[in-house]
Amino acid sequence: MASRKSGLFPQSVCPRTHADANEKVAYMEITARSFWTLIHGMGFGALYLLACSGALVELYRRYCTHNQSLPTERDERFLRIYLVAMAALAWLAVLTGAYIIYPWYRAVPPPGTANLASFPQRLLMASPTTSGWHSIGMEWKEHVAWIAPISITMAAGVVLQYGRNLKNHPQLRAALLVFVWTSLFASGVAGFFGAMINKNAPVEGGPVIHIVQGETK
Amino acid sequence: MSAQNASPSANPSVRPNGAGAAAILAAGIGAFLVAVFAILADQSAAIKSLMIFSKPTGPLSGVTTCAIALWLAAWAILHARWRNRNVALARVNAAALVLLFLGLLLTFPPIADLF
Repeated sequence: MASRKSGLFPQSVCPRTHADANEKVAYMEITARSFWTLIHGMGFGALYLLACSGALVELYRRYCTHNQSLPTERDERFLRIYLVAMAALAWLAVLTGAYIIYPWYRAVPPPGTANLASFPQRLLMASPTTSGWHSIGMEWKEHVAWIAPISITMAAGVVLQYGRNLKNHPQLRAALLVFVWTSLFASGVAGFFGAMINKNAPVEGGPVIHIVQGETK
Repeated sequence: MSAQNASPSANPSVRPNGAGAAAILAAGIGAFLVAVFAILADQSAAIKSLMIFSKPTGPLSGVTTCAIALWLAAWAILHARWRNRNVALARVNAAALVLLFLGLLLTFPPIADLF
């Protein structure tokens, strides 16, 4: 088993040293831009997608089955908190995507730049086999993703206002379910294209963060 | 969208559906506006430059900010008008779902590019 020496340090704080040629050091590192992409996609986006399925099951179980009993106050409070948390996740996902990661994605390289690795949009567009990931994938993702927070904020707002009274409004519940389904679809599209685009042209760069540093056998 | 009646529900324990209808229709409007602003910014260079609220993010910043601002404004206005009423929810739902569907459809680039 390799011994682990240090953890989460930016390279500037914990510079990589290879002074001892006999010491075989193994690094697990990530760039700051990759880290933010993870926060956006895995932290907020994937968690939102998981939460969506939970919300759909909960809304269906609570209001669309033949169960005629009113949900308890405690159940109702749980659903309210759950939907508000989902709305927060959805907004965090689109805002980090649009204002932190997207500027790195769409950065314009200086004239004459041969290596487009730090310019994902240009890298995708440079080849006919990948340009569709931008012209269709990113162009759709960057807009359709915003339908998710709009829909789930509406759902949270309605549940906050109506609570158990929703039992008396089947049409409101039906519309709510359609919007939550749509938000799942919109975030699914955004998540799929985000993952595929990042696979073809990863957002990389910035300071390096050492997640794990240890010695190899 | 017309109100079925302007008075609160006959059964005081049943909250009027107006507040919910306002939220639903406004969300449909919001989803549709995202697509409309995206198409406008894509088709017109003048609108595209107007939509650059944040230079690093580009026109996406203005497109989404405008859509969200109008969605919230529509929600506030409809809520103020309908909160104590029962409205024709079937029609409101139909309108909201058509707008939502159009929003999804019109954000899809092959369709958006037809305009």
